Amino acid sequence: MKKPALERPVLLDVQDITRLYGPAKGCEAIDFQLHAGEVLGIVGESGSGKSTLLRVLAGLEAPDAGRVVYRRHAGEDVLDRDEAELDLYAIGEARRRALLRLEWGLVHQNPRDGLRMGVSAGANIGERLMAQGQRHYGQLRATGQEWMRQVELDPGRIDDAPRTFSGGMQQRLQIARTLVTRPRLVFMDEPTGGLDVSVQARLLDMLRTLVRQLGLSVVLVTHDLAVARLLAHRLMVMRRGQVVETGLTDQILDDPQHEYTQLLVSSVLTP
Amino acid sequence: MDGYNFAYLDEQTKRMIRRALLKAVAIPGYQVPFGGREMPMPYGWGTGGVQLTASILGADDILKVIDQGADDTTNAVSIRHFFQRVAGVETTTATTAADVIQTRHRIPETPLRSGQILVFQVPIPEPLRFIEPSEQETRLMHALEEYGVMHVKLYEDIARYGHIATTYAYPVKVDGRYVMDPSPIPKFDNPKLDGNPALMLFGAGREKRLYAIPPYTRVESLDFEDHPFEIQSWEHTCALCGSDHSYLDEVITDDKGGRMFVCSDTDYCQTRRGEVA
Repeated sequence: MKKPALERPVLLDVQDITRLYGPAKGCEAIDFQLHAGEVLGIVGESGSGKSTLLRVLAGLEAPDAGRVVYRRHAGEDVLDRDEAELDLYAIGEARRRALLRLEWGLVHQNPRDGLRMGVSAGANIGERLMAQGQRHYGQLRATGQEWMRQVELDPGRIDDAPRTFSGGMQQRLQIARTLVTRPRLVFMDEPTGGLDVSVQARLLDMLRTLVRQLGLSVVLVTHDLAVARLLAHRLMVMRRGQVVETGLTDQILDDPQHEYTQLLVSSVLTP
Repeated sequence: MDGYNFAYLDEQTKRMIRRALLKAVAIPGYQVPFGGREMPMPYGWGTGGVQLTASILGADDILKVIDQGADDTTNAVSIRHFFQRVAGVETTTATTAADVIQTRHRIPETPLRSGQILVFQVPIPEPLRFIEPSEQETRLMHALEEYGVMHVKLYEDIARYGHIATTYAYPVKVDGRYVMDPSPIPKFDNPKLDGNPALMLFGAGREKRLYAIPPYTRVESLDFEDHPFEIQSWEHTCALCGSDHSYLDEVITDDKGGRMFVCSDTDYCQTRRGEVA
């Protein structure tokens, strides 16, 4: 019998990241590893530095100190030796942008930031494929419709502009657009923020299915502990730019150790 | 003409523009910024093209100016007169006789020869502008060859109209590297850009950018595998010269619905009629 590997390979190695806009504004000395297939939740109140950290991880903002190392595990296919381990801010901008476009994905809180509002849903989904060099209109369209089905949108609306979609549908469209190139690592910034609870629940359910089906590794930033509970395997609690507690999601939410985490958990409203 | 330097611009300015042109020829399709000058005409009337023509014009060059293919429209006539007055150069309407041809919207039907220079007037030099408003970002996209969004526009065309509905300023890739806006020429003229023996220069006065296609350069129009690039075609022939292979303009002749199709290239049409007669 083949035993499953207990220790999944490290995908993202974050070493001592600091990005400060002022004292305790930003994030400071963040150190963690993200394993392949893992969903890591970063929780904390507004201004705790979680979004700054995400921007640094996602290659959008250079840190003041520290390294973000992306390990494309050598075991799978024989990669170029130089390419097996990429230091995000040591490689050139061209390489970094290609990485963001082809192997990573970013889901913004506001779908308007992640979508091209001027072009149809199909063009939005196809953009990353076209950037990869796909030049067959029929195939692009078929893929677009397939992904609209995956994210539970009506494939018949493939030619409609995103602004005719509701907030929840725009968010689904943004997720389809990001996942269409099957990225290995996805960053999500409050993916369910601003949606009402029933829409949020369905979106979360869909996200959980997709993450499992595609074997995605996800860094999820949220202030909503319920969202974190549903999606994340592991949690990092941030406060004033620093990580105050890390651990398995259930462990942190059921038995918080740090006083700030205890406060956070006890502040959750239950109807 | 007294009080003016030859061809209106001062020598320093011409030198600056020529330096920029050399760079543009060295990097086909790359937009080179230049210090555009005020010209005695409004932006949008061809200030970019006029500055380029002024910089490259020699005293014994023969100049031809066309606007929408015609030698006798307002823009063409006034620019031709301008250079007659400020440079005293000989002008012509014959494509074959011209050394420098300044054009707006068309490439002449008569094939160009080696040694000729075609100068385009360009309104919007940036092909990525419609989808990316930031200049900083578009320059980066050019530098990193991130041209996926160009196909987003073509995709959108097919999704809306069933075919690629872009009929002018149709984006091209120059020498396998830079995506370029060939100025508002009809896509009918795009194939003429490819491997053309003449030097083609593009000047945008308002945006202060110039770019070039050197002679015999590979120029491909962007398309999809299942929706290949196609040029316009007409059911009619030219009502004057009978041509069935040139770009036709539809001209309304009365208010009772009368219309005729004629060649947009007046010199080509007249030459053909002269040969037939």
